[in-house]
Amino acid sequence: MMQVTGAGAAALLALTACSSSDDDSSAGSDSAGSASGKLSGEVTVFAAASLKESFETLGKQFEKAHPGTKVTFSFGGSDALAASITGGAPADVFASASPKTMKIVTDAGDNAGEPATFVRNQLEIATLPGNPDKVASLKDLTDSDLKVVLCDKTVPCGAAAEKALTASKLKLTPVSYEEDVKSALNKVVLKEADAAVVYKTDVKAAGDKVEGVEFPESADAINDYPITLLKESKNTDTAKAFIALVRSAEGQKVLTSAGFLKP
Amino acid sequence: MTDIEKPSRYDVDAPSADGLDARLVVQRGSFRLDVALTAAPGDVVALLGPNGAGKTTALRALAGLVPLTDGHLRLDGAELDRTPPESRPVGVVFQDYLLFPHLTALDNVAFGPRCHGAGKAAARAQAAVWLERMGLAAHASAKPRRLSGGQAQRVALARALATHPRLLLLDEPLAALDARTRLDVRAQLRHHLADFEAVAVLVTHDPLDAMVLADHLVVIEEGRVVQRGTPTDIARHPRTDYIAHLVGLNLYRGEAEGHTVHVDGGSTVTTSEDLTGPVFVAFPPSAVTLHRDRPTGSSARNFWRCEVSGLETHGDQIRVALGGELPLAADLTTVAAAELDLHAGAEVWATVKATQTHAYPA
Amino acid sequence: MTSSDSGKAGTVDTLSGGPRRRARRRGGAAPLPLLVPALIGLAFLVLPLVALLIRAPWHSMPDLLTSTEVWQALRLSLVCATAATAVSLVIGVPLAWLLARVEFPGRGLVRALVTLPLVLPPVVGGVALLMALGRNGVVGKWLDSWFGVTLPFTTTGVVIAEAFVAMPFLVISVEGTLRAADPRYEEAATTLGASRFTAFRRVTLPLIAPGIAAGAVLAWARALGEFGATITFAGNFPGRTQTMPLAVYLALQNDPEAAIALSLVLLAVSIAVLAGLRDRWMTAS
Repeated sequence: MMQVTGAGAAALLALTACSSSDDDSSAGSDSAGSASGKLSGEVTVFAAASLKESFETLGKQFEKAHPGTKVTFSFGGSDALAASITGGAPADVFASASPKTMKIVTDAGDNAGEPATFVRNQLEIATLPGNPDKVASLKDLTDSDLKVVLCDKTVPCGAAAEKALTASKLKLTPVSYEEDVKSALNKVVLKEADAAVVYKTDVKAAGDKVEGVEFPESADAINDYPITLLKESKNTDTAKAFIALVRSAEGQKVLTSAGFLKP
Repeated sequence: MTDIEKPSRYDVDAPSADGLDARLVVQRGSFRLDVALTAAPGDVVALLGPNGAGKTTALRALAGLVPLTDGHLRLDGAELDRTPPESRPVGVVFQDYLLFPHLTALDNVAFGPRCHGAGKAAARAQAAVWLERMGLAAHASAKPRRLSGGQAQRVALARALATHPRLLLLDEPLAALDARTRLDVRAQLRHHLADFEAVAVLVTHDPLDAMVLADHLVVIEEGRVVQRGTPTDIARHPRTDYIAHLVGLNLYRGEAEGHTVHVDGGSTVTTSEDLTGPVFVAFPPSAVTLHRDRPTGSSARNFWRCEVSGLETHGDQIRVALGGELPLAADLTTVAAAELDLHAGAEVWATVKATQTHAYPA
Repeated sequence: MTSSDSGKAGTVDTLSGGPRRRARRRGGAAPLPLLVPALIGLAFLVLPLVALLIRAPWHSMPDLLTSTEVWQALRLSLVCATAATAVSLVIGVPLAWLLARVEFPGRGLVRALVTLPLVLPPVVGGVALLMALGRNGVVGKWLDSWFGVTLPFTTTGVVIAEAFVAMPFLVISVEGTLRAADPRYEEAATTLGASRFTAFRRVTLPLIAPGIAAGAVLAWARALGEFGATITFAGNFPGRTQTMPLAVYLALQNDPEAAIALSLVLLAVSIAVLAGLRDRWMTAS
């Protein structure tokens, strides 16, 4: 259910965030701000679904620090976002969950400047609360009695899981290859699956609805998250300032508290 | 009409009369139908009345398509009030026949026998016999949409009769036909009804259909029976203005020889139609003119010596019942009646123009 | 019944063949205020499909079409859509009959409930199905503990998800036909000794067959293209629950050309089936 209403809730949050930014103009520090005058206008950020919670927090901070600005997010699968950017969607910033999806954008020449890795994400096993099946390692998931869901190989979390499985020479047959990480996680939240291989950040975001199990093989499949300014940006100063905030110490604090690793 | 004391439904000593014994009470919103009907096997009863009088509701109640609010329904001694339509020994010919469009004429007729447990071949064999009897053997494999109105009517009749019903219901059996076909079909239907050994009830708003086809008329207005009796009775002694207007018809059976019809009883009626063989001849009471003396030089070809047997006032009209050479009813204005000094037993001459009579093959 | 019979029927039956033939003859007289929007409407519907054809990677088509995964997904799609249509027929036609022929309190509400899956985003439908029939669902819990049956992630799950989304199309279509059909035919049948069920089976069902066929086609087409409820309820596993739309969506993630090719395969197959069925029904009616 969370998954489904997520987009609506995000839109709602973005709306309330921008309306509240007007009446609270004096507050906020300008730690990540630029020296080049007052920032204004709207920036549109396309970001991987796993960044949702962190980026929304950062967006609010940014608007607070720079009254008159407005940050609009579009969260989704990195691949779908990359496809819409190359298809001409108007966006200022792209934060992707994998270098591979970022490459789609840079290959098309839609970026302005080199993409920079701002966080990394590690895989983790999400199990039912209390870990009733006593899952302790990636190998435990190959038990045929367990219903395991993976991300599809076409999306970053699936590619990463496959990489980890190949590295540890394990053969895992899931009940389903989900279309993105959130729906993989949701299958465990809804107790339809016993375990899913997802990102650490997703486990953290799900709170007590799932239990995370770290596994050493995940070190072989750490995902880099690159961020870049886009060529089509109409508001480069503000967009650059947002990227700076994401990469600043303050931004990293928000992201690591969500479970991301520093680059 | 009058509520005769009927034996209690649970009275074991009551004679288990064959035929129909019903009191149909159906309450629908503010409309209430309350009609008592009795008929012996072989009887043909016509429910006659204006649109909205409740005729069709009565028919549907007999068929079980409308539940009774009150009353009872007994057929050949068996209680049918609570019996669902499929279990009643009742056959229905619907107004627009409702032949199943996806089935051939043969399979339409075979439908009933099939539902009553006959095998496919046996049901078709029975159906073929019925179609043969209706003169439709050649149309057995035709779909209903390729049958003429008269043929469809006969298929519908065959379909209803094929289940051997103890009560045959006909809803406006001739209403869907054009005037020409109507004459033939009416005559054929009369034959089939005469052959039918159980009770037949037909609903119509056409007095001619009612009088030609039925032995007994039950006239319904606003859900109630206003008069019942033989067609002649009712035509002679209408009890309401509506009936007087509606049923006012002098109707005779006879043999035609060209323009002359020899009416049962010895009189002759000259008509404009040229027919031979058994016919009905009819004319409305308003077409009758009365004279104190034998008319001379009148253009009327028909005149009979009659005796006034009754006078009834309906609005500004007086209906005169006449006996004598040819029993008939005549409508006069009150002024004309006064001028003629009409009273019971008075002798008069009645004339009718040939152009105002109508003859139909019987 | 026979071919000559059906040929004649076409000229008589005003419901199918008749008006169309006449309309064609008078084609030139179509008034502009109708013709212009009609042509725009046609272009609006056809243009995206034409674009798909123009941009199709024809050179790589042979490779794609010989891949077992594609055939697997196509086969699964056809099997599941057909099964979902069958399920919809078995339970949807009686439901339509109930709505059209039986007066009961709250009928309007029930009718609204039946059409709800039409407006529900399919993904929500999938979540709803999980909550009802999932391993931990309201009903699914009992299916699991009593019969050891779990529906998510199975081919049966795909059929259920597709039927859930597609059945309202059938129910609405059949109910409309039933309402238009004269209920007195059923009455006529009962006066001939048919039970209400026999009357339905032998009289009503043949009479509304064209409506049922149209509804079944709609439902089948809807089931064939079903994506949201399927991926949510049944997941995505090649050969078991990965139908063509799922394969197309996932291919779109990193190989848009393949996705276009797959979509064309799905289109071609559905056009072939729908055109074939339509012709058959038209001549049979």
